[in-house]
Amino acid sequence: MIGSLLAWFTDPANWSGDDGIPYRLWQHLWYTAVTMLVAALVAVPLGLWVGHTGRARWLVSLANSVRAVPTLGLLLAASLWLGPKLPGDLAYVVPSIGVLAILAVPPLLAGTYGGIGAVDPSARDAAYGVGMRGRQVLWQVEVPNALPLMMSGVRSAVLQVVATATIAAYLGLGGLGRFIIDGIKLGDYAEAAGGALLVALLAIGLEGLLAFVQRRVVSPGLTGRAVGGSRNDDEREGREDPADATVDLRTPA
Amino acid sequence: MDWLSSHWDEVVQLAGDHLYLAGIPLVVGLVLSVPLGWMAKRWSRAYPVVVTTTGLLYTIPSLALFVVMPLILGTQILDPINVIVAMSIYTIALLARTVADGLKAVPDHVEQAATAMGYRGLRRLVGVELPLAVPVISAGLRVAAVSNVSIVSVASIVGVAQLGNLLIDGFNRVIWGELITGIVATVLLALALDALIVLGSRMLTPWQRAAGGHP
Repeated sequence: MIGSLLAWFTDPANWSGDDGIPYRLWQHLWYTAVTMLVAALVAVPLGLWVGHTGRARWLVSLANSVRAVPTLGLLLAASLWLGPKLPGDLAYVVPSIGVLAILAVPPLLAGTYGGIGAVDPSARDAAYGVGMRGRQVLWQVEVPNALPLMMSGVRSAVLQVVATATIAAYLGLGGLGRFIIDGIKLGDYAEAAGGALLVALLAIGLEGLLAFVQRRVVSPGLTGRAVGGSRNDDEREGREDPADATVDLRTPA
Repeated sequence: MDWLSSHWDEVVQLAGDHLYLAGIPLVVGLVLSVPLGWMAKRWSRAYPVVVTTTGLLYTIPSLALFVVMPLILGTQILDPINVIVAMSIYTIALLARTVADGLKAVPDHVEQAATAMGYRGLRRLVGVELPLAVPVISAGLRVAAVSNVSIVSVASIVGVAQLGNLLIDGFNRVIWGELITGIVATVLLALALDALIVLGSRMLTPWQRAAGGHP
């Protein structure tokens, strides 16, 4: 089994052309980027608004209830519904990307809303106290303080999208999931397992990259990395990751 | 509805399989998470290791994990054990940290009082710390239950039968009734399992109701 897997990875035919690993990887990343952009355009402003004004919190509960719906069911239903109405490749690309975006919204929304909601009220009061306006408070105090949770929302959403894009290969979407689906259909286990390993590596790689980005963009004053970080009021040694302390953003993938 | 009434037996059978594939890993994962969570609480150095490792495991997409499983276990691709092990891994990934956080939240003075009363080691863990951590652990278990039920449907792609079969068959043969039945049945199963955990948690923590829900 390991031997045939190695043979699959070392076969030059699997590294070139429209069915090669680099192109499939590129497709997978491209779908993920487009989906995240669409979902963020909807979820981030909405989350900021709900968090800042405290209005319409039911939106967050509504988005969270989507979690119980099986992603495979959503994908297949969307494709069955929209597929016949769209020409050519769009028949599976549009429903797939649409469902991926819908699935990316709940973690982004929860992260943004939860992050803003978890901002220390005294910091917000102090900001108003020194004369900041609502917009300034939002961008200069609330958003920087909410970044850890917003970033964990982004991380969950990206993983969700990478995982679901793999499943969407069943509908005909490209990306690394093609290897898994085609491998299973043709009874070629080496191809399926090769694709699965690549998908797992991609997910872990993206998670690592985003964790690194998070460390760079989050203010050191929030993470306890700053010298004499006064937020570390915990007696125990070592800092606790503030990122996902309050909201569980993880969604089934 | 027509479709459902003429295929009732099949749906019940698949729902049973689904419950088995999602439920057994929930139990296995919970049992394995307790020692892991306890270690993470006991030794502060173990905590980041447990959190990072389980976080990485949860990162692996389900379809990929199902397909890779035979490579690790030496099983056949169609073997349901692949799905059970994969789902157990996801459950541990969600619960180990929750158990650790739940145990950490037990106040020091309670632990000291228990020790003073003669509770030591395993007896203190089982008799005092775990019961007090039940609300936190059950919250994690609820997330894991809903997530497991949703993920298990993907196993139909690798040929392991459960409610996901209705989704795929309904799609391939364009039978809306079947597809919708699959989605609704999966959601209902998730909600039922969730309610069961809430109920179990309430029964295990009678003091929470005695104190009006705020101990």
